[in-house]
Amino acid sequence: MSVSLAANEGVAPSSSSVSDSPLAIRGMTVSYGQKPVVFSVDMTVAEGSMTAIIGPNGAGKSTLLKAALGIVSPLAGQATVFGKPLKSARHRIAYVPQRASVDWDFPTRVIDVVLMGLSRELGLLRRIRPHHMDKARVCLERVGMTEFAERQIGQLSGGQQQRVFLARALAQNADLYLLDEPFAGVDAATEKAIIDVLKALRSEGKTVVAVHHDLTTVPTYFDRVFLINTRRVAEGTVAEAFTPDRLHKTYGGRLATGQIDQLELAAG
Amino acid sequence: MSGVEFVPLSLTPMLIGVLSAIACALPGNFLLLRKQALIGDAISHVVLPGIVTAFLLTGIVAAVPMMLGAAGAAVVAVVMIEAIRRLGNIEPGAAMGLTFTTLFAAGVLLLEQSDTSGVHLDVEHALYGNLESLIWLDAIGWESLLAPVALAGLPPELARVAIALCGVVVFLWLFWRPLVLSTFDESFAQSMGVPTTALGIAVVMVSALAAVAAFDAVGSIIVIAMFICPPAAARLMTNRLEHQIAWSVVFAGLSAVLGYVLAGYGPLWIGFEDAVSAAGMIATVSGLILAVAAFCAPHRHRTGAPAL
Repeated sequence: MSVSLAANEGVAPSSSSVSDSPLAIRGMTVSYGQKPVVFSVDMTVAEGSMTAIIGPNGAGKSTLLKAALGIVSPLAGQATVFGKPLKSARHRIAYVPQRASVDWDFPTRVIDVVLMGLSRELGLLRRIRPHHMDKARVCLERVGMTEFAERQIGQLSGGQQQRVFLARALAQNADLYLLDEPFAGVDAATEKAIIDVLKALRSEGKTVVAVHHDLTTVPTYFDRVFLINTRRVAEGTVAEAFTPDRLHKTYGGRLATGQIDQLELAAG
Repeated sequence: MSGVEFVPLSLTPMLIGVLSAIACALPGNFLLLRKQALIGDAISHVVLPGIVTAFLLTGIVAAVPMMLGAAGAAVVAVVMIEAIRRLGNIEPGAAMGLTFTTLFAAGVLLLEQSDTSGVHLDVEHALYGNLESLIWLDAIGWESLLAPVALAGLPPELARVAIALCGVVVFLWLFWRPLVLSTFDESFAQSMGVPTTALGIAVVMVSALAAVAAFDAVGSIIVIAMFICPPAAARLMTNRLEHQIAWSVVFAGLSAVLGYVLAGYGPLWIGFEDAVSAAGMIATVSGLILAVAAFCAPHRHRTGAPAL
């Protein structure tokens, strides 16, 4: 894919080669029962970029992430992380699952959830030391949740819960952040807090990939997009790939032409 | 009560009751949080066909083959539940209910067809256990606790439940972090490479170990009650898992001691002549503790809990 004149070329690095890409997916096919949800998808995430995975409901966005992480087993295909097989590169990934995927009535506190991000360095039996607690508190501070450290997680609003999930991912101290709908059902203040943290990660050279629903915020939040509807439709910088014809192709009749025109205005 | 009477007649049944209750309540915490509480019910029912099969194969009533048979049946049940759930696309609760009633019924048929009339193997024993009969006749008082000769005469069930409890404790201590992680957020755990499926099977296997060891001594009623009641009551007392575990141990121990005493002396206090089944009373007490917790415990109203 040739990189043409792109409006935000300054922030969007060109596609890195497959061999050292933070996340390179090849021929990924996943099916639940008879119906393929993801079909023969290739994806090459550019290092230091912020990529939105967009597509209609049921297009396989979350499934693609889960297959890349080995959470669901694909029928075919593979993913490499920084050029290595997933198994030897898991420590470089942080994952934020959908907020609705867990039971928030679980008897645990905010700080305990953030400490789960340190599972790898804590191992099975190592004790939690003051420096682990400090690390967890720093992560809570980055998402503005310091004062809630001792709360039971069920006593938080949806936005606060999402911030706790992000803090846990920060505690993983990874190079690649994979987020599944981080903005779903959160308040405006949380949305701003989350995007600020993600942009700060990018400026530290980290790579961010998020399943995203709100098309109007794509151009302001992200520098690259990946359009999927079971198959890959397009991948590239926002200027290259976030175009009316590609959106039509991704969403089919589900997105009215008027809506796409509005998006163009937002992107303009 | 003097040690001369208490130690030989009540100490060992009480201890066995307490250890069995705790051994079941501990993994019960995780079963409850994983919404698999019925697994305890399933395991304790399928133990019957396992024991009968072991008897039919060996022809003797002995502890080791029966426990192996029971453990084998538990494994079969777990595999069946998973198979029904996945192949039949049936919700887990229904798959468990289906499995344990079918296997228990098969156990009853097996028992009826086999020539077990001459041995102590019957459905009542399977349900109520024989807690009251686990006495320590070699003991003459508290001093027997230090006498090797008397200690050798302890009922073997005591050692068995103690070993099972140790197994449960070691498992939870060793795998605490990945267990909590995979119970709370399975996909996050998987993204870190935690073998969540293996851990899930291990929780069920450890529960089966506790159930099988406790079943022999105290019967399936206590096993089923202890998997659910103490952890459920404990959840209402606190919002932290570590504290919930501690509360569940307290409630399990309390149910066992209080239930045993009430069964033995309660009826006498209110003018009846005979004691009632200790197993039945212990299970009843655990249910009452849950009822009290549901009305009075500090964390029975939770914002994160699904609305009624």
